[in-house]
Amino acid sequence: MTTASIPLPRPVSAIGRVPTWLLPLAVIVFAYAGIPLFASDYLYDAILAPFLALSLAAVGLNILTGYAGQVSLGSAAFMAVGAYAAYNFNLRVEGLPLLASIVFAGLIASAVGVVFGLPSLRLKGFYLAVSTLAAQFFVQWTLTKFSWFSNYNPSGVIDAPALGYVFEGPHGRYLFSLSVVVALTVFAARLVKTQTGRNFIAVRDNETAAKISGVPVLHTKLLAFAISSFIIGVAGVLWAFAYLRTVEPHGFNLDRSFQILFIIIIGGLATIRGAFLGAALIVVLPLVLSRAGTFLFGSYFDSGVLDMSQRILVGALIIVFLIAEPDGLAALGNRIARRLRLRSPTN
Amino acid sequence: MESFDFPFFIEVLVGGLLSGIMYSLVAIGFVLIYKTSGVLNFAQGALLLFAALTFVSLLERGVPFWITFAVTLAIMAVIGILIERTVLRPLVNKPPITLFVATLGLAYVLEGGAQLLWGTQVHGLDLGIDDVPYVVGGVFISTFDLFAAAVAASIVLLLTIVFRYTRIGLAFRAVADDQFAALAIGLKLPVIWAAVWIAAGFVALVAGLLWGARLGVQFSLSLVVLKALPVLVLGGFDSILGAIVGGLLIGASEKLAEVYLGPFFGGGIESWFAYVFALAILLIRPSGLFGQRLVERT
Repeated sequence: MTTASIPLPRPVSAIGRVPTWLLPLAVIVFAYAGIPLFASDYLYDAILAPFLALSLAAVGLNILTGYAGQVSLGSAAFMAVGAYAAYNFNLRVEGLPLLASIVFAGLIASAVGVVFGLPSLRLKGFYLAVSTLAAQFFVQWTLTKFSWFSNYNPSGVIDAPALGYVFEGPHGRYLFSLSVVVALTVFAARLVKTQTGRNFIAVRDNETAAKISGVPVLHTKLLAFAISSFIIGVAGVLWAFAYLRTVEPHGFNLDRSFQILFIIIIGGLATIRGAFLGAALIVVLPLVLSRAGTFLFGSYFDSGVLDMSQRILVGALIIVFLIAEPDGLAALGNRIARRLRLRSPTN
Repeated sequence: MESFDFPFFIEVLVGGLLSGIMYSLVAIGFVLIYKTSGVLNFAQGALLLFAALTFVSLLERGVPFWITFAVTLAIMAVIGILIERTVLRPLVNKPPITLFVATLGLAYVLEGGAQLLWGTQVHGLDLGIDDVPYVVGGVFISTFDLFAAAVAASIVLLLTIVFRYTRIGLAFRAVADDQFAALAIGLKLPVIWAAVWIAAGFVALVAGLLWGARLGVQFSLSLVVLKALPVLVLGGFDSILGAIVGGLLIGASEKLAEVYLGPFFGGGIESWFAYVFALAILLIRPSGLFGQRLVERT
């Protein structure tokens, strides 16, 4: 895995004349001004809310796995840390603004991330990937075992606090998530272009060479864990506060970690927009499948059968994707864009 | 402090070692595939579930034991060949993470397929071994655990003999050593990969039966991979001996920790203890106890 080099997608500006920032800006403007024009509550709550939270988590994991080359299977654990930390800050610190508890939650997730990132100083590849599972199980155990974290709630499922201010209702929650996601995504997109981002890539592509060129390898790896876990932790807050509106450890299980890994692989490693494309596919696909299933077979099959077929289809789709488009949706998009540009007579 | 109950300690230790062998059995399936194709096959647990579920369902339909065994083995072989054809061959030379994620997808397909085919209810599996404890010097030892250990030992012996003394075993080792050299001297990689997947299917079947008899045949059976992973990390992904020793170490330390340390943490520590234990040892030996030291260069 250390030598697995993922070619960086060429910036669009290198091929055409459109500046690279134009498309993201257009998407952001559309997300703020366009989507509210037609969005229903269903679209907000069942599709956009999980989509935004998972996209952000994928952006975070992509920094660690895509850019810095450290595979992690414990993303859901850091989401859980973020969600529980935000809940407890909000509960126990009188008068702390919600935004501050989210930032603190991110910092706690970041600290936990660094602790579980320590093995990366010695371990590589799958040995590291498996050791990040320790985070997954340890965090889940801690949160279920010690009921202080869930404020001694007997069921362990606690209601997330309301977001307050203007962020009420599906539309308000959407704006809240969107703003957090935009802020952190812009930060991530800038980060990977800085010296720090280059250090990440250097460590991923060739650790020895990076060390020789003066990249502080150990420091860089821990920094990747810290930043990535911060973002994933905040994504966990969005997942719990804006999507589920409850905080429970079971929502952050191993399947969630795998889901986020699927997103960045399907979307494209080491691309920011890949995280969003992948998340869109992973969120929408099961909904489409269950709709199609009910439509085609009606009540002929029970929900168990539908669940299983869905599992098979998602798994098969991942395999097909890996074979057909190993560099992910982002690369697919690039290729389509390039082909269109070559065909257009103005160019 | 109360006096240390030595026979009890031995009993816990032996119980741990014996259940550790069950972990090793799952881990060996991983090692076979990792050694020859460099894939960390997360679908091993799903294979195990598929095998056990198929076996139990056939058995419940009144098929005699050995015929069921043979039929299930044949099905696992077909699945192995299919996996090699449809998943691994198109992904040859892709980065390890791509292959790993592909096996995750494969695990979803197999788990879904097994349960779609045979249903989701829990099946009991009786291998006809009475679980009467042996008493040796005041220490209780489960007969079933002993039987499982014996089966695991014979599988390891069988694999060792195949690897050492047969042509296909020699080919396995050649591929594991150096794929390009193996190709250059005319070994057919796809054939060998298919053979390895069949072998992994066989190990999955045996492990699935033993685990299924212990836990009942149901979805959670596929989660035994999570028990096997720390064993693999500890023993090294590419060492069968490592899988055995790792399994014994993890099994014993896990049981001892659960009994002697668990009360201090409020119990339930077996979900993560194996991982933390493996990590602690890895910090001293980064490529596992028996894993090959990688020489870093590009």
